Amino acid sequence: MDRKIRVVVAKPGLDGHDRGAKVVARAFRDAGMEVIYTGLRQTPEQIVATAIQEDADAIGISILSGAHEYCFKTIIELLKEKNAEDIIVFGGGVIPETDYPTLLGFGAGAIFGPGTPTTETIEWLEKAVAEKRAKEA
Amino acid sequence: MFDSKQLQEVSEGQKLYDAAVEKALVKGPERKANFTTGGGIPLKRTYTPADVDNVDYSKDLGFPGEFPYTRGVQPTMYRGRFWTMRQYAGFATAEDSNKRYRYLLSQGTTGLSVAFDLPTQIGYDSDDPMAIGECGKVGVAIDSLADAEILFDQIPLDKVSTSMTINAPASVLLSMYIAVAEKQGVPMSALSGTIQNDILKEYIARGTYIFPPKPSMRLITDIFKFCSENIPKWNTISISGYHIREAGSTAIQEVAFTLADGIAYIEAAIKSGQDPNVFGKRLSFFFNAHNDFLEEVAKFRAARKLWAKIMKERFGVTDKHALTLRFHTQTAGCTLTAQQAENNIVRVGIQTMAAVCGGTQSLHTNSLDEALALPTDKSVRIALRTQQIVAYESGITNVVDPLAGSYAIEALTKQIEDGAWEYIKKIDEIGGMLTAIEKGYPQKHIQDAAYDYQKSIESGDRVIVGVNKFHIDEDMSERKLLKVDASVGVNQINKLHAMKEKRDNVKVKNCLEAIRKGAQGDDNLMPLILDAVRNYATEGEICGVLRDVFGEYKENVVL
Repeated sequence: MDRKIRVVVAKPGLDGHDRGAKVVARAFRDAGMEVIYTGLRQTPEQIVATAIQEDADAIGISILSGAHEYCFKTIIELLKEKNAEDIIVFGGGVIPETDYPTLLGFGAGAIFGPGTPTTETIEWLEKAVAEKRAKEA
Repeated sequence: MFDSKQLQEVSEGQKLYDAAVEKALVKGPERKANFTTGGGIPLKRTYTPADVDNVDYSKDLGFPGEFPYTRGVQPTMYRGRFWTMRQYAGFATAEDSNKRYRYLLSQGTTGLSVAFDLPTQIGYDSDDPMAIGECGKVGVAIDSLADAEILFDQIPLDKVSTSMTINAPASVLLSMYIAVAEKQGVPMSALSGTIQNDILKEYIARGTYIFPPKPSMRLITDIFKFCSENIPKWNTISISGYHIREAGSTAIQEVAFTLADGIAYIEAAIKSGQDPNVFGKRLSFFFNAHNDFLEEVAKFRAARKLWAKIMKERFGVTDKHALTLRFHTQTAGCTLTAQQAENNIVRVGIQTMAAVCGGTQSLHTNSLDEALALPTDKSVRIALRTQQIVAYESGITNVVDPLAGSYAIEALTKQIEDGAWEYIKKIDEIGGMLTAIEKGYPQKHIQDAAYDYQKSIESGDRVIVGVNKFHIDEDMSERKLLKVDASVGVNQINKLHAMKEKRDNVKVKNCLEAIRKGAQGDDNLMPLILDAVRNYATEGEICGVLRDVFGEYKENVVL
């Protein structure tokens, strides 16, 4: 892969739990990716704008507040509106497994629950970006 | 603690022991090359009187209820009365949460602890665009006095003490509590409870800040003063290491950054003309109870001792109550696993023992399902029963500070004290906690520790049962989890709008104008906010005015 993977790690909504987001962001960086961490309290609009402006391959959403349905749905819809649905959306946090099908149904690529090794997320993302780029090429 | 003859004997015994260890190691190596506490403090194979040679019983430990309070803040501790069993709860609407509180009280909980939803914690009404999707999710939605009246319906506020996890808008929620009590015929002088009111750890670790540091510190010192004069039994702040630890810090960092925050509050209040012997009595603390039992017990003891020394030596405090570090504990949320969640009951049990052996004044035990969602009634009951079993059945409550004198515990207590002291000195050199936060100093140290922790799990060096070892395949879809319905937000907004139609909107406008003027000047804002709340001004309206005057904090992103 020539170009480094560019990934936005985003904290949507009012949730302040950023330990996971920051650990994952550092793990992505140590794995050779270019990471843009948004900081707290980002609206879906801001997250989508950042991803487009940064020419990101993917957006990783970290959410532990229970507002995941709204956040995933809105971000994915906004990406479609802006013709940027090629940007991969995935995420993790405190999300009940029973909600995974809903989020995947919105178009999320994967949801990683508590206890997921960062290596598993990295592997998944590398593969997903490679597939996306192969399609574009 | 020992004379030179005894130490000589120990030293000779140590040589024999070391030789025996050498032999044993030839037969079979130890499980690891290096043993450390959960927070990374190197551990010796065994501890002896030589390790506590630098501990002076009278000076460093003393008796329970005596300076430096290493052994506890009261002489009798749990032989007198158990800690307050206080379960943090709140979700959906005021009606739902009121029901949960009354259930908890009926099950033997002895104090309330209110969890607010994020819009309430960040000063937005439920109909604010920033509140979409968040209403009632991580706590209860409270927009105005009307909601607070329902929240505490049929709960006698002169008998129950209430803790409220509210920080940036603490004055508003405290005012609501006072106003509800007034309606119950309870004067504020009879109220007891706690507001978290700790903005510095919001900047460092928790994230529910609103205003920049300077006006935030003013709001806090205004509360100190108002409560000193009007609500003498109220804990005006809960200086919190809990969230610092949850964000990934070590035990030493938890103590250090919490006490450094405490120093900043004391300095701000003294600067505003208040006497630390007076407001110092109402400061309370909040710590985490993590998995490493020995380290945690030592941590609580070290924190008490350090704080007493800081208050006495740095601030010249003489009042006994102002020297003591009284604290609430919560078991560590970050240790809960989504995998084989029932195992969390055992983790919480161990953490409860640590908090009790460490001399906590109140305790929240986490529920087994909290790595997945808000807890159900059943899982909350198990968590409460865990405390009750430790209190009534374990026997550890019958002796005050039962682990004192353990060579390992005393050595660790000293190591945590010394380690925390190093950080506090460093923060002093930087120019105090406010400057340190601006520079990202505590944030960076916490993140480094969090990253190391994660790496140690992934390398298998740190075993998490059911996660990176002893794993099984589970079907999680069958689990019964509490879910807050989206209709909660809609109903809450309707209620809010109906309330606004009914109230005296001219009065509200005048009250808000008075707050604006007060904020621009330097009058105490508490009486003005209380007035507005009594007239059903909403939290969002009050915080909106303060946002106009004070501006908003922008996070210094450190990665």
